[in-house]
Amino acid sequence: MTLLETQKLTRAYGGVVAVSEVDFEVEQGLITGLIGPNGAGKTTLFNNITGLDVPTSGTVQFKGKNITGKNAHTICRMGIARTFQNIRLFKELTVLENVMLGRHFKVGRSASTGRLATALKSFFSMEEEESIMREHALKWLSFFHLEHLVDELAKNLPYGHQRELEIARALATEPSLLFLDEPAAGMNPQETDALMKTIRKIRSLGITVVLIEHDMKLVMNICDTITVLNYGQNIAQGTPSQIKRNPLVVEAYLGKEDA
Amino acid sequence: MLNFILLIFIYSGIYALMAMGQNVITGYVGLLSLCQAGFFAIGSYATAILSVSYGWNFWLTVPIAGLLAALAGIIIGLPTLRLKGDYLAIATLGFGEIIRNIINNWDSLTGGPMGIKRIPMASIFGYTINPFDKWAFLGMVWIFVLLGYLFFKRLARSRIGRALEAIREDEIAASSMGINTTKYKVWAFALGAFAAGVAGSLQAVFTLSVTPGPFTFMVSIMVLCMVVLGGMGNFIAVILGAFLIQFISYFPQLVGLSNVIPPQFKQILFGLILVVMMIWRPQGILGRAPRMSISGIRRKKRTTSNGGESGDTIQGGSR
Repeated sequence: MTLLETQKLTRAYGGVVAVSEVDFEVEQGLITGLIGPNGAGKTTLFNNITGLDVPTSGTVQFKGKNITGKNAHTICRMGIARTFQNIRLFKELTVLENVMLGRHFKVGRSASTGRLATALKSFFSMEEEESIMREHALKWLSFFHLEHLVDELAKNLPYGHQRELEIARALATEPSLLFLDEPAAGMNPQETDALMKTIRKIRSLGITVVLIEHDMKLVMNICDTITVLNYGQNIAQGTPSQIKRNPLVVEAYLGKEDA
Repeated sequence: MLNFILLIFIYSGIYALMAMGQNVITGYVGLLSLCQAGFFAIGSYATAILSVSYGWNFWLTVPIAGLLAALAGIIIGLPTLRLKGDYLAIATLGFGEIIRNIINNWDSLTGGPMGIKRIPMASIFGYTINPFDKWAFLGMVWIFVLLGYLFFKRLARSRIGRALEAIREDEIAASSMGINTTKYKVWAFALGAFAAGVAGSLQAVFTLSVTPGPFTFMVSIMVLCMVVLGGMGNFIAVILGAFLIQFISYFPQLVGLSNVIPPQFKQILFGLILVVMMIWRPQGILGRAPRMSISGIRRKKRTTSNGGESGDTIQGGSR
């Protein structure tokens, strides 16, 4: 089943076309890799899907609904979470608070009471609300074995933990689709191995994963399907072994022979 | 002498309310707004006009003053939310001046430069709170400060306060976490303005007359100084900041040197304080409020390994 689909998605900045008529599909339950040389438009594609940027033309469909041009927070609430290439944590907040923020929109809205009643209730029963958020947050922190760091400020964490914390925060929003923008960047081989295990574990929770990555070992190992972008265009898609043999992909990465 | 000290405490209280409002906007959401004087003026005039022209009871004018200021906060907030740092500061500064000029020129409503005189005193259960009876007035002002403090403290410790801080730390990440950043920024503006409006209301029944003269942007700067001096993101600290700034500005009169030291001296001193603070203690005297730890009892003091951090919030226009 197709979970997410872009049709002829285009994003141009003036004359520069960063993403050009890309048709990109994400199958439910799979790990999809998005690769391509630097400047191919991978992050731009991510930003246009997750609402941080608005496409020039084309549409994005998620679970059969058109989500093109919706706000980032609306898209997140619909079930798409993401991490960032340059880690974007709330640095001056604690590890726990970072993850609790992922739960922010989950509380304080109940269908049975009105908005004002909910607001008043949450003002007076803050502790209850907080403890629910805290418990959920702790669950995700223990998923990454970060429980011992709960009270630490996010900025004081070592790099690898910061990457994990960012994923934990995204997972706390309980997404059905998770976008990871270069999760292995700056990691050593051991950390990358651990990350691969984690991503598989996330898939086993029923969460569909899309990842941008330059580490080919990781991509070829864990991705069920791979899409290749070059100069803003979708040049290939298929299983890792198909992609490895695709002449267009080889050309994009290594250049043409006799060029 | 005692009266004079009480006067300083009264003004400290009025300004503490404004500074707490500024702290929500600047200390929590990280928006550099320079508009508290405008909201202060709206609150003052709301109370003055409603009680003089329409004979309203002071206590009824207080929420109206706050709400009108909050409305102004929303009106300024909505169009300027896309702006950051210096740009927002300039836009809000302009807005504050617009308010003052409207008041100065709308003679039929505000009395123009002559202002409004003979504002009735506040009274409660038949007891008149005469501003010349400084103790009673002091009590009233500080009850407002206490209520404001409890409210803001509660807000800061809730998920809403956390969301505001998240917006300050990283707006893009916050919106990607499902937080409606626009909504919270507008709310923060409205709350900050509300506090200033209530402060304006108190000011009106203290001086018993209002003129547009005092609501210059120097007031906004002074309020900002209070927040920076005390410590951004810490409500107790900004109350302390409000007191210190008031104390400093009345110091020459307090020690009987007002003939020797010109009134402009305090502006020089404010400038000096800001420079010194930014260099040696950018997080303010008390710094940010300590973060709650998981148990909620044991608290962890925020480590400030990077001294420039707090200064960033206020100058971070380049982001």
